Amino acid sequence: MKPPPFGYQAPETLEEAVYLLGQYGDDAKVLAGGQSLMPLLAFRLARPSLLVDINRIRELESLRHAAGRLDLGSLTRHRTVELAGSPAVPAAITEAAAQIGHVAIRNRGTVGGSLAHADPSAEWAAVTLAYDGIIVARSVAGERRIPAAEFFVGYLTSALLPTEIVTRLELRLPDRPAGSAFAEFARRHGDFALGGVASVLALAGDRSVRHARVAVIGAGARPVRCQAAEAALVGREFDGAAAAAAAGAIGPDLELTGTDSGERRFRLQVARTLTRRALHAAAGRAERAVSERE
Amino acid sequence: MSDERTISFTLNGSKRSCRIRPRVTLADLLRDQLDCTGVHLGCEQGVCGACTVLVNGRTARSCLMLGVQAEGVSIRTIEGLAGAGGGLHPVQQAFSAAHALQCGFCTPGMILAAVELLGENPAPSQAQIREALSGNLCRCTGYANIVSAVGRAAETLRETRAPEATSGPEAAGGSPAGGAENSRPEGAR
Repeated sequence: MKPPPFGYQAPETLEEAVYLLGQYGDDAKVLAGGQSLMPLLAFRLARPSLLVDINRIRELESLRHAAGRLDLGSLTRHRTVELAGSPAVPAAITEAAAQIGHVAIRNRGTVGGSLAHADPSAEWAAVTLAYDGIIVARSVAGERRIPAAEFFVGYLTSALLPTEIVTRLELRLPDRPAGSAFAEFARRHGDFALGGVASVLALAGDRSVRHARVAVIGAGARPVRCQAAEAALVGREFDGAAAAAAAGAIGPDLELTGTDSGERRFRLQVARTLTRRALHAAAGRAERAVSERE
Repeated sequence: MSDERTISFTLNGSKRSCRIRPRVTLADLLRDQLDCTGVHLGCEQGVCGACTVLVNGRTARSCLMLGVQAEGVSIRTIEGLAGAGGGLHPVQQAFSAAHALQCGFCTPGMILAAVELLGENPAPSQAQIREALSGNLCRCTGYANIVSAVGRAAETLRETRAPEATSGPEAAGGSPAGGAENSRPEGAR
């Protein structure tokens, strides 16, 4: 279980890093937190000729709150977000970060690394979809802004090119009082999620749902935003029936994976149950946010 | 082609520098070149937690870091935890007192994970202790005693850290207060 031989560069600037990727293309791999790439190297499932270690590019490690937006530098560690303790970081985001692996993994693992790896059960994917995220990538050709809906292409596959580095995740925060929550289910603590749901709800003064987002991970080959579930919520007052209607609308868009119909039914059931839980928690928080504004 | 490079870092309080190839993991560097064989290698794929070390005070799995990434950082292994006189760190003391080790393979990782937890949270609940240790596997399944040892260490550390504490020093096994920050000079093992 030792990594194969590879070349190694640890540039201190983004320009150097993208230059190296431009030279090596598919033969290079970006090393960020290493929590997925290092096991892949140990198993010899990845055999890059060059590792571009971006850990010295300090500008990529940042957490910034700007008008209606939360920007996370790609080298921001999960643990940093989990412990941010800032009201500018919505509950769904800290809850999602806190459920990634274990502490030692969260200390090293990064936002950008998780996105680029594109594991269908990755917590960051749910957050990205639920906050209409934009993945900002850089190559020698310049900057490219990839909307979440176009980024997650399939199992461990994103729209990122081999010559590109994720530099930032931009999350758009709702402009009215909102609540959010993330819920997931795994067989053991820290295991890959068998399902996970991020939900965001914004309420109007009359308590009707003005904005809803439901994003599901772990159910299929890629993470998905469930627009049918969101449509079942918008315009009505949130209650148990609304949550059930939203959960019931989940299904066709999940692209469920499983070796047989039993496993697919199980994953669907997990996704629906987690949707209800996440929505109830988000609604409670949204309600408090509205009350505080009044 | 020799692709060796020289790196310098702090190991258990002492400056070290060595030459290594990029493919060598931090765990192998510590074990093979620096005699830190308390860094146990169980799975070498980031699952078992036995190779946990503290990198700039935070736990990391040393099988998931490259040795070259140690450049400029401060690393603490189980070898660097005891006091200068050889007295055990309060967490080590608690593991001994609570019978929290059987074969001992997972112990260094467990202890370093506990040291990180107690640095951040001096009074963790049982659930918080279990969460903090969840990335470290014990195949003797001695988890109950490990969890109670961490709770016991938390009590000891609270007593020794509190300025008005009266019963600290003997409970801490002779380690000075704040033993977590003490380092033993390299070679004192």
